[in-house]
Amino acid sequence: MRRFLYVLPVAVFAIMALFFLKGLTLNPRDIPSVLIDRPVPEMSLAPLPGRGESSGLGTENLKGRVSLVNIYGSWCISCVQEHPVLMEIKRRGDAPIHAVDWRDDPVLGAAWLKKNGDPYERVGIDPPPGRTAVDFGVTGAPESFIVDKAGVIRYKHVGPISMEIWTKTLLPIIRELEKR
Amino acid sequence: MKRLVVALLLLSTPALAVNPDEMLKDPAQEHRARELGKDLRCLVCQNQSIDDSDADLAKDLRVIVRERIAKGDSDEQVKKFVVDRYGDYVLLKPPFKVTTLALWLGPLALFLGGLWAVLAFYRRRPAAGTAPPPPPLSAEERRRLDTLLKESER
Amino acid sequence: MIAEIGHFALVLALCVALVQAVVPLMGARRGNMAWMNVAGPAATLQFLFIAIAFGALTNAYVTSDFSVMNVAQNSHTDKPMLYKVAGVWGNHEGSLLLWITILALFGFAVTLFGRNLPPGLKSRALAVQAMIAVGFLAFILLTSNPFARLDPPPVNGQGLNPMLQDPGLAFHPPFLYLGYVGFSMAFSFAIAALLEGRVDAAWARWVRPWTLAAWVFLTCGIILGSWWAYYTLGWGGWWYWDPVENASFMPWLAGTALLHSAIVVEKRDALKSWTILLAIIAFGLSLLGTFLVRSGVLTSVHAFATDPARGVFILLLLCTAVGGSLALYAARAPMMKMGGLFSPISREGALLLNNVLMATGAATVLLGTLYPLIADALNLGKVSVGPPFFNAVFLPLMAPMVLVMAAAPMLSWKRGDMAGVLGRLKFIAALALGTAMLVWFLQGGSAGPWWTAAGFALAVWLGLGTLWDMAERIGLFTRPANALSRAARLPNSAWGMLLAHFGLAVFIVGLTASSAWTTEHIQTQKVGETVQVGGYGVTLKGVEDVPGPNYTASRATFEISKDGKAIGVMQPEKRMYRQPPRPTTTAAIRSGITGDLYVVIGDPDPKAGPGGGWVTRLYFNPCIPWLWAGGLLLVVGGLISLADRRHRIGAPARAANAAAKA
Repeated sequence: MRRFLYVLPVAVFAIMALFFLKGLTLNPRDIPSVLIDRPVPEMSLAPLPGRGESSGLGTENLKGRVSLVNIYGSWCISCVQEHPVLMEIKRRGDAPIHAVDWRDDPVLGAAWLKKNGDPYERVGIDPPPGRTAVDFGVTGAPESFIVDKAGVIRYKHVGPISMEIWTKTLLPIIRELEKR
Repeated sequence: MKRLVVALLLLSTPALAVNPDEMLKDPAQEHRARELGKDLRCLVCQNQSIDDSDADLAKDLRVIVRERIAKGDSDEQVKKFVVDRYGDYVLLKPPFKVTTLALWLGPLALFLGGLWAVLAFYRRRPAAGTAPPPPPLSAEERRRLDTLLKESER
Repeated sequence: MIAEIGHFALVLALCVALVQAVVPLMGARRGNMAWMNVAGPAATLQFLFIAIAFGALTNAYVTSDFSVMNVAQNSHTDKPMLYKVAGVWGNHEGSLLLWITILALFGFAVTLFGRNLPPGLKSRALAVQAMIAVGFLAFILLTSNPFARLDPPPVNGQGLNPMLQDPGLAFHPPFLYLGYVGFSMAFSFAIAALLEGRVDAAWARWVRPWTLAAWVFLTCGIILGSWWAYYTLGWGGWWYWDPVENASFMPWLAGTALLHSAIVVEKRDALKSWTILLAIIAFGLSLLGTFLVRSGVLTSVHAFATDPARGVFILLLLCTAVGGSLALYAARAPMMKMGGLFSPISREGALLLNNVLMATGAATVLLGTLYPLIADALNLGKVSVGPPFFNAVFLPLMAPMVLVMAAAPMLSWKRGDMAGVLGRLKFIAALALGTAMLVWFLQGGSAGPWWTAAGFALAVWLGLGTLWDMAERIGLFTRPANALSRAARLPNSAWGMLLAHFGLAVFIVGLTASSAWTTEHIQTQKVGETVQVGGYGVTLKGVEDVPGPNYTASRATFEISKDGKAIGVMQPEKRMYRQPPRPTTTAAIRSGITGDLYVVIGDPDPKAGPGGGWVTRLYFNPCIPWLWAGGLLLVVGGLISLADRRHRIGAPARAANAAAKA
């Protein structure tokens, strides 16, 4: 028994060291989404000026097809980086993309689309304090969600979408969901 | 994977960030909002509560928390609202669940373990005072003892 | 050129350290005096080389030599000189250089002051010290070289984070490191004892002053850091249970336990293997802190460079040093002979209880700090462990300790009379309970938290109990005529203990009152408008723009009045630094015995109407100065204890002389 007590400290330390080793491979700031496999939040967001009266985004609009919902804002620098990829996706017709203009002035949001291109079918305005974004569990922009035909969130991608991420990760999920 | 987060990842946090225009009129409700704010984590910062952070997302959450309180939600309901959207990670006081049992019961277990070790330590040895008395001192030893005692403290 | 000298000096230091790590150790094994005597000069040489390197880096900062990459990344010509120097250790590479400078300094100090140390112990301890140095020197030279050059050099540097440009924070790291790294001495002595195969009362005597010195520095560093947070961060908070704060608190807890258990080793020749383990743990926790801060494994406001590659290296260092020493402990410690006996109710018993509580406290903080990592690694999900957890779990653990602390110094050695001691303290117990009721009443019953009464009761119990102990020792009430001379003859270590314990009581008052009764007023204040805070009237007189060396500030002037009479002026600032562009706030604080008036100026409010208005945050923090006073008493108590004659290693020499005369 006494022997055991003497060995205990080094044994505990060894276990701790293993955790540290694993910890070096993890990212403590990576928070997984809790909304996966849950229905899209209730929302009925107004359209941007100049895009048409009925081009806003509501929960019902997300049913019937598999779509990508992109969170952006005119203040968001990475969104500019991501945008050409979204334009290409629209050009190819891979899947419909909708957007939530997060915590933005509608005029600025619309102007940003005119300047950078408009790949979206529907865009809804989410004014401060960004209630819809919070409902989606958004922590920054850009973030994108894959929503299936029943309006259930199936995947969340944090950060800008690159062509590689689209073809290797997101598009296969969309195709899979379309089959169901 | 790099992404530009909305708010700055801060080491420098200027002041406590609650602004007068965010505060609720009813002091009791505002007090509840502040207490809740202390328990909710700012998700884009390095380890701060939403009350302490200047980040935009923290401000959004502060406003939303106050909205829910004003709508009549209880403290538990407000917490559940935020946790439903962001997960347990947003609570600075970890919930008491199966996955956090080791955390919450750990300290007590450690203390009891320590006490048990101490008890084992005492039981192992013959109690002080029951050992056979030492042989009496010789004159020489007595003199040395006196010298030493003069130099020591109480 | 100078930077290259610095770099070369580090390489030389590594060579010397390698020699110092091997030769004296082998010398001690074989009883070869010549080899053992290599340790002293080697430690001196090592310190010399590392000091040269440190001087070289400091020189680069002082002269703003931007061809040195480290300086370019962290400094700027506009920075005031004090912060140019503080910038030396305000970054990852420089702070590591400070680390090993202090490590070498302690080794050098043993050479200077440890002349009476038994040669086997001294050479082994210095050898272990050198092994640690080898590890860190290798880390610096291979992954974190502060002397890397930039070609072509930039015109100016990127500047130092404005938050760090502050006198309190400039001195916080050096004190912390003197503490953390100071525990390396106790560690080295412990390993030396394990290698030698024995621990005796003399060993404890050698170890205590070094541990005490490190403890004093660490306490200073932690208090400085908390004080800095208090006046800089703008809302009166001073402790956040952030992983890096915990990384400094855990060694402190272990170090305090070590100080107390070493007493039992010295007095009773007991608890030897536990004390050795504590010495290993205290320094091990310091190393762990180094790992946590620099590896990116945990999120923290304080974290340095988060680079997993460096993390692997430090993990290796950690495993070698801590894992190796704990393995040595598992092998050697059982061979140590059991020491003297004592009853559970005795001064030794109380010290043992202190140790159990402190160790559990440290383990609890460790558990909470590491739990997010553990949960993530085991796929249990992401969880946050913040202040609510630590406050709920740690404070109740400390309460029993405070309870025992008042009575413990009055218990006799070996076999104490608890009933007797409690009898002598019953008046004080009554006072404590009375205080609890008074506090509860003054607070308005359940208008405030329930624990204020308990906190004050504990503080009164500990504070008055300590004073009573002192009164008994000098016979203040039994033989008042001799009291003063008895007081003068009380050994310093007794005074140190009394001051430190009393200081803790003062600290508890500050902690309880400020946590429970801080009042806060946030509003838009118009120029000329007065707000009542904590019994003071605070009137905003105006705000003006004031340029500084590397910033522009909005400085507000507030007039403070009490009972209608003007008693002073306070001038908080809101600064915008230029390089890097960052806003900071400088609170204005007016301290008094009852508490601090704490005034912060925020942003201007355009909707305030003519004359202008500003967002202002006004706080009254009751008894906060007691917090700092308590901390100061702890430090002073430690220093007085350190000055005790019996800690001078010459003590056995005197006894030898006295025995010769007898």
